[in-house]
Amino acid sequence: MSYIAKPKVAHPQLPKNDLGFTVRDYEGAMSTLCAGCGHDSITSAIIQAAFEQSIPPHRLAKMSGIGCSSKTPAYFASASHGINTVHGRMPAVATGANAANPDLYYVGVSGDGDSLSIGLGQFLHAVRRNLNMVYVLENNGVYGLTKGQFSASADLGSKAKKGETNQQPPIDPVQTLVSLGATFVARSFSGDKEQLVPLIRAALAHRGFAFIDVISPCVTFNDHEGSTKSYTFTRKHAHVAMYADYVAPAKEIRAEYAAGAAMPVTLHDGSRIVLRKADGAYDPTDQAAAFSYLTKATAAGEIPTGLLYLKTGRPDMHELANTPDVPLATMAWEKVCPGSATLGKIQDRFR
Amino acid sequence: MTTTARRPGDNDFTIRIANVNGTGSASANSTLMKSLFRMGIPVSGKNFFPSNIQGLPTWYEIRVSGDGYVARSGRVDLMVAMNAETYRKDHADVAPGGYLVYDSTWPRSALFNRTDIHVLGVPLSRICNENFPTARARVLMKNIMYVGVLAALLDLDRDVIAALLKEQFAAKASLLEANQKALDLGYAYARENFSCPLPFRARTLGRTAGHIMIDGNTTAALGCLFAGATVGAWYPITPSTSLMDGFRKFCEKWRKDPETGKANFCIVQAEDELAAAGMVMGAGWNGARAFTPTSGPGISLMGEILGYAYYAEIPMVLFDVQRCGPSTGMPTRTQQADLMACAYASHGDTRHVLLFPSSPEEAFYAAVQAFDLAERLQTPVIVLTDLDIGMNDWMCRDLQWDDAYRPDRGKVLTAEQIEALPKFQRYVDADGDGIAARTLPGTHPKGGFFTRGSGHNQFGGYTEDSAEYREVVDRLLRKWDTAKTLVPKPVVETSERCRTGFLTIGSCDDAVREARDRLAAGGVPLDYLRVKGFPFGREVQEYLDSHDRVYVVEQNRDAQLRSLLLLETRTTQDKLVPVLHYDGLPLTAGFVIDAVNADLARGKAA
Ligand SMILES: Cc1ncc(C[n+]2csc(CCOP(=O)(O)OP(=O)(O)O)c2C)c(N)n1
Ligand code: SF4
Ligand SMILES: [Mg+2]
Repeated sequence: MSYIAKPKVAHPQLPKNDLGFTVRDYEGAMSTLCAGCGHDSITSAIIQAAFEQSIPPHRLAKMSGIGCSSKTPAYFASASHGINTVHGRMPAVATGANAANPDLYYVGVSGDGDSLSIGLGQFLHAVRRNLNMVYVLENNGVYGLTKGQFSASADLGSKAKKGETNQQPPIDPVQTLVSLGATFVARSFSGDKEQLVPLIRAALAHRGFAFIDVISPCVTFNDHEGSTKSYTFTRKHAHVAMYADYVAPAKEIRAEYAAGAAMPVTLHDGSRIVLRKADGAYDPTDQAAAFSYLTKATAAGEIPTGLLYLKTGRPDMHELANTPDVPLATMAWEKVCPGSATLGKIQDRFR
Repeated sequence: MTTTARRPGDNDFTIRIANVNGTGSASANSTLMKSLFRMGIPVSGKNFFPSNIQGLPTWYEIRVSGDGYVARSGRVDLMVAMNAETYRKDHADVAPGGYLVYDSTWPRSALFNRTDIHVLGVPLSRICNENFPTARARVLMKNIMYVGVLAALLDLDRDVIAALLKEQFAAKASLLEANQKALDLGYAYARENFSCPLPFRARTLGRTAGHIMIDGNTTAALGCLFAGATVGAWYPITPSTSLMDGFRKFCEKWRKDPETGKANFCIVQAEDELAAAGMVMGAGWNGARAFTPTSGPGISLMGEILGYAYYAEIPMVLFDVQRCGPSTGMPTRTQQADLMACAYASHGDTRHVLLFPSSPEEAFYAAVQAFDLAERLQTPVIVLTDLDIGMNDWMCRDLQWDDAYRPDRGKVLTAEQIEALPKFQRYVDADGDGIAARTLPGTHPKGGFFTRGSGHNQFGGYTEDSAEYREVVDRLLRKWDTAKTLVPKPVVETSERCRTGFLTIGSCDDAVREARDRLAAGGVPLDYLRVKGFPFGREVQEYLDSHDRVYVVEQNRDAQLRSLLLLETRTTQDKLVPVLHYDGLPLTAGFVIDAVNADLARGKAA
């Protein structure tokens, strides 16, 4: 790109990334969410990750549906384009946007209502297409914006603020996506920035659908006793199954990773994720094993976190469609219009 | 029969062929139609088919009209009854004095007992069994054999048919031979057993040069190809499916990069129409020319996205190939019953630009125009065709392409233009036409903004402020006024003193024109207007103002075009006489003439 954003004037001591931007250049408008809402912590993790990843802010395309969570793209990267679509339909809009221009970093933010209820179909079909995007599901077990109804991710037996008990089993997006063979499936906690930032960086570097389920407590409607998506409950039950360290393309893998349980995986841009097993039994590149581990851990009341399943090399939507790397949206006219002589030729078949 | 039924004559008759779905009759029927076309005689081919893949009755109707009237005629002069299941109905449908050809291997003289028609039995199955060894050939060759029979009865040019067969089976010599043989067998049998040709027959004419025979889904697909559409998303639905099939086929051939082999197009088969519309909107937001073909049920599902694209001002193009509603309705029958649903699709104060091509020829140009309008106006544009236009074979003038054409991408700021701005403001109307400049993602850091379907002010910011909200929706109305000047103008044919006229839409065109000619010949001259776009422009208002009685001819039960006129112009109820055809079959001139005559008779009686 010939046009690069001028970094915002900031404190001279603020660290700069490879492009000369400070973290402030990745910030957005003031959040209007409740104080203490988990979604705001995720926003700051996205800001940090995009900064560390040195992505030109205007090369991000922010996509969301409807909900408190879906409002958050307004709160980061104000130099980039964003689209707050309709409830549950962000995956389709992201698919079309991506079809038109593969050359942007698509970051989708959604909620558990947006992705697992009204938008479950579109969400799974985006996975199936292996759409090249980061998809962050800010999971609080409730519909925050419509004031606290249970969502499809509410756990069996979990209690609503007003006292009623959820009687239907949850849709676990992580298990669902592993079963579908999604290419990058992770889970984290809004309160664990140390885990979340490298996961988002790895997701940005991954080519294909990179999904991160982030447990994100709703302080207003789902942070009480009896909730399984509260800060207290999550802190107690979250269980790191897999550490994922992100290593930028140029950097060497440190020797200690190469030994023992560490497993470096190279991504298409040359960067690497080094997976370290927290639990000896777990292999995040084996779909059947991962699925079996996740179902068992979940049944035992644990919330497995980390990069839980990774498959590199599966073609994304564009590779399957054999489209060029340059955006179709702005393709040269001579390449898209076949011209009058061709129209004549085509018509000869209809005489 | 209507009171306006006429006798058949040379180059003026209708053939109907009754087949069973899935028995390979389509290519024989198309050979028959094309041979007439190549003899230079104007012709149309309409397929009446079931919503089924195999086994149900299907009819193909060919109207031959030296005068160039190619709407459905509403009569059958020559019936080829190939489906025993529908013998009774097919026998009853033949016009008095007409002919019925059937497979007399199993004679049915008791059933075919009308004395006012001629029944011609041809033992098609027996001849096939005697001449072709395999079971499959025996079934298939019956089709081309009746073409041979008709060649004798109608005196078709057999060289023309032979040439067509050669083209069709260029790669399969054995099939060519079998087909030619079946054709000759049918021809010879008819010559020997009947007095050929019939009193009405085909006569070589020079009226089809510079024309093609094509359906509207194919031409719309060509329009998308030539307009530079690069993203297509769809969910299959009759009768729109062949539009995307066509687009894919054309793209595979003409949009593959000769150097890299890459596909300069992206077609996504969506999981449903909600997704298809979302994809098209996402691509439009990102600057691509994108479209989706659908039909009524799809339009219902696309409502929410359409409202979003209207309010957030994102270009997108839809094709609604209308079929018979409500609900699933009759998926393989035609109607124009989505006018209201499309005009105001979605909740809130929402309205959409519509185009109404009348033929495959116009569908080609309308497709190109739709993309220009969508990008110029930054809004959804819906091209409404119907099953009759989309799937039937129409004779059209050759499609023309001006190589000087360049797409109108509308007010999209370049990186240089954004750079020069003090600040980019998404919804500020700088020049009063109601259209604000937009930026595309990734162009320039100063061009970033947040697109939302929630209340926004002219700067694109979230708002719940009444005045700021109104600022934007009032500007959208100004944009609507601009749209009135940009959509294609109606076709208007008026004469000085005439105060009565037709006002019609889309595929009604041919039938209404034929009716108009015949009424004029009978001493009832009427003016003519056909709307080509919505919102209606000045010309529509003037036509309504200058006429006292207007027959609004359309193909739906609820007079939807008439309702739109009442809502969107300052005309009055009493002068708009509804002429409504909605049985699922294409309109006929006879129906229109009867409706006008009945109205005139009522006027005299009063
Ligand atoms: C078609 C439609 N139906 C209902 C709504 C109302 N609605 C807005 S947000 C929401 C639920 C959001 O829940 P979630 O995605 O979990 O987001 P959260 O607010 O919890 O972050 C609902 C039902 C809507 N906006 N659109
Ligand atoms: S209601 Fe819940 S989800 Fe919404 S902003 Fe408040 S805390 Fe966050
Ligand atoms: Mg939620």
